[in-house]
Amino acid sequence: MMLIPMLSSDSVSPRALGLWGLLLLFGAGLLLPHAAQAQNTPGAQGPYALTNAQILVTPSDTVANGTVVIRDDSIAAVGPNVSVPSDAEAIDVAGQTIYPGFIDSGTHLGLQEVGSLSETQDFNEIGDLTSHMNALTAVNPNTVHVPTTRVHGITAVITEPETGMLPGTAALIGLHGYTPEQMHLGGVTLTKLDFPSIGRQGPSDDRSPETIKKESEEALDKLNEVWDAAERYAAIDSAVAVQPEARRQPTHLPAMESLVPVIRGEQPILISANAASDISEALDWAEERGVLDQVILGGALEGWRVADEIAAAGVPVLVGSIMQPPTRESDRYDKAYRTPALLHDAGVPVALRSGKTENVRNLVFHAGFAASHGLGKTDALRAITTTPAQIFDVEDHVGTIEAGKRANLFVANGDPLQPDTDVQHLFIDGYKLPLDNRQTRLYDEFLNRNPGLEK
Amino acid sequence: MTSVFSSRLPVALGVVLVATLLTTPAAAQDQLRGDAPNDWLIQDATVLTVTNGTLENGDILVRDGEIAEVGQDLSAPSGVEVYDASGEYVMPGIIEAHQHMGISNVNEATNQVTAEVGVGDVLDPYDIGIYRALAGGVTTAHVMHGSANPIGGRNETIKLRYGVTNPDRLKMEDAPRTVKFALGENPTGLYGQGRDQVPRTRMGVEQVIREALTEAERYMEAQQAYQAGDRAQPPEHSERLEVLAGVLRGDILVQAHAYRADELLMLMQVLEDFGVQDLVFHHVNEGFKVAPELAAFGDDGAGASVFSDWWSYKFEVYYSTAYNAAILTENGVNASINSDIPGEQRDLFLQAAKTQRYGDLSDTQALSLITINPAKQLGIDDEVGSIEEGKAADLAIFNEHPLSVYTKPQRTYVDGVVRFDHEQDPDDMRLRVDPEGTVDLARDGWSRHAAHSCLKGVTHLRATHQGVTLENAE
Repeated sequence: MMLIPMLSSDSVSPRALGLWGLLLLFGAGLLLPHAAQAQNTPGAQGPYALTNAQILVTPSDTVANGTVVIRDDSIAAVGPNVSVPSDAEAIDVAGQTIYPGFIDSGTHLGLQEVGSLSETQDFNEIGDLTSHMNALTAVNPNTVHVPTTRVHGITAVITEPETGMLPGTAALIGLHGYTPEQMHLGGVTLTKLDFPSIGRQGPSDDRSPETIKKESEEALDKLNEVWDAAERYAAIDSAVAVQPEARRQPTHLPAMESLVPVIRGEQPILISANAASDISEALDWAEERGVLDQVILGGALEGWRVADEIAAAGVPVLVGSIMQPPTRESDRYDKAYRTPALLHDAGVPVALRSGKTENVRNLVFHAGFAASHGLGKTDALRAITTTPAQIFDVEDHVGTIEAGKRANLFVANGDPLQPDTDVQHLFIDGYKLPLDNRQTRLYDEFLNRNPGLEK
Repeated sequence: MTSVFSSRLPVALGVVLVATLLTTPAAAQDQLRGDAPNDWLIQDATVLTVTNGTLENGDILVRDGEIAEVGQDLSAPSGVEVYDASGEYVMPGIIEAHQHMGISNVNEATNQVTAEVGVGDVLDPYDIGIYRALAGGVTTAHVMHGSANPIGGRNETIKLRYGVTNPDRLKMEDAPRTVKFALGENPTGLYGQGRDQVPRTRMGVEQVIREALTEAERYMEAQQAYQAGDRAQPPEHSERLEVLAGVLRGDILVQAHAYRADELLMLMQVLEDFGVQDLVFHHVNEGFKVAPELAAFGDDGAGASVFSDWWSYKFEVYYSTAYNAAILTENGVNASINSDIPGEQRDLFLQAAKTQRYGDLSDTQALSLITINPAKQLGIDDEVGSIEEGKAADLAIFNEHPLSVYTKPQRTYVDGVVRFDHEQDPDDMRLRVDPEGTVDLARDGWSRHAAHSCLKGVTHLRATHQGVTLENAE
């Protein structure tokens, strides 16, 4: 970039310019395919106009041939008769389809780099009561996992803490940005409750039935004790707020304080539970505690066993990962694949979560399996676009391709749930992002390694 | 009269329908156990032979468990059952080159070299994982010793004859014997970090292997000297050294867990020094970096059985790429894709399909990764791995092309016997369920860390030795 003003300055003769120009072209030719160059290319905002496109406005509404105009961070116009603004870069995407960016409703993305190295894990604070931990704080915007994920059309994920009963708050993050705040999407913050599990944890759980019963009761007692305390804390806090001078501040308890928005009905509570009995217990508990209408259920691998209960409670579910064996040996081999459909059929709003860090990218295949195992393609697409947007109350911002929404979208040369499809263009917050990442760069370098066998 | 007919016919039809729909676990399993037919005519399918192109409206005649004929408009000889596969796809039964299902122990994690043990001694025909693999079109699996030791135990190549209860009937007759080696973080973590023993480093791993093979070489020399009359006594019998001598003679194939490029080069050098020609690497996340060297090893190159896209679960797989299988394939390395983890063996067709997103492999190249290529790696390609006359009738039938994300397995044949049929697939397919017995309680979720079996049996042992908490281990 610095060379160009130099070349155009008066001190350079036309002859020298020609030479410089040649050198520049030659240099550019050498450098362009070079991995390090591509890696350092930042995204850029438009305006852009994607023309001659099939547009999946929503999973059930497709425009056969239209234009999408992207200006700043938003979608400025969508439709068959939209003209290209004079200042916009037009990109002809004939024969391709524009999809709204996909949303993964449960990951550790940004909170872990290498699975076996605890130094690189930041989703698992010590203690049972760490509800004041915020996942967003520890999100690494520059993790290698972000670029490898978003090139599959996944533009936002819930990233969540884990371990302990109340591990902290999860956040919805967009997969482009240089600070966690830039990535935080719609301010979505969910207090997470890993509901105490009541039964045996699996074949390797060799506790006696008495121990299991005792420990389950203790865990529930502990949860109730914490919640009683949090309710008292909220009550004191409210009382102080009314008469700040007359009342003494309560002792500062960060974990308690972090639960106040939930107690007051201002923040959703993401309850993670998988066994059928745990789900039932969790729903009962939430009703008793008066937070049922804030509950989002996560995991829910056995949700199909109690689908009617979940539907009656009016609770949405973030189901998954579905790409795993059934919870019981006596269950049909494909029960996990079918769980989204079984919940959907019972009337439960269903979003998909991969539960992954490094392979969040497989969310698209999870959706494909859900589709073929009863959910159907339209509802499978909803489960990674509009439904999570509604569940997280950001449907005014993301989930569809409509004017005024954030420009989180991608262009694919086929069905994005099919393995042989490629994403051709990717936009997050209106930024057109490069599609390369460390994995593609390794491919570029090593497909035809040089030197090969002989140097 | 007409009224009688019109009222009875639906009832009769209803009875037949109910009998058909109410498939009980017992009935479905009887089908597996009984004198199941192994003579079939599969008609009007798209036949993906893998080695010989695709045949539209193709028929496959199966006689006595083998593929007797592949063609069009074949007619069914008497006594041969007919399956109408119109609109469906038939591919060779999927071969999983790296699994730990169907065995009750994985690691003999007590010594750096344990070639004397073999997982063939602990086969578990009751493992529901075998049935679930069949439900994913898998017909053959290489069930392996774990990766705790630089030289682990022998593996076993099994046919998924779910329904038999004699463990030996799972074994694939005539399959070459194989032995597990393991390089990198698993042995250095267990021995070096966990027990303060060699190997702590990849240098140590090399020397453990060299020392063991040298000992085996001396053992063979002593045996030969005794047979030639140059020695009064044979060497003291060692099952461990017998197995390693088998490796040196080329009778037992080395199947090595390895990740990093340097250790791949190291083991190739070691085996070359000992004159060993057969080598398949497993996992091989950095295989793409040394693909030309892998292709040039020995007479036929070193094989590579990789994951489709798993990475970053530990440091030695951090610099990975999902394009690994494509780079290896394009560089002439015989590559396969495996799932490793019991429970994840049901969607190998999807894992193979991912090579079309990561490297644009052709349909045949992608399907080869889970059929003929792993068959070659296990030395069983003259019997399985493609749809060819004379091979075992191990077939997987899908409702859509097996590389589509929307496909679903319909039927899986092993030796011509239907071992999975989506129309005869009740919830509970455990063998010999006691109706009065208790049902397993649910697990609360599932994690790859907890389920990963390469180091199964190790974490607990490490805990008891060190008095520390259980560790993640992959």
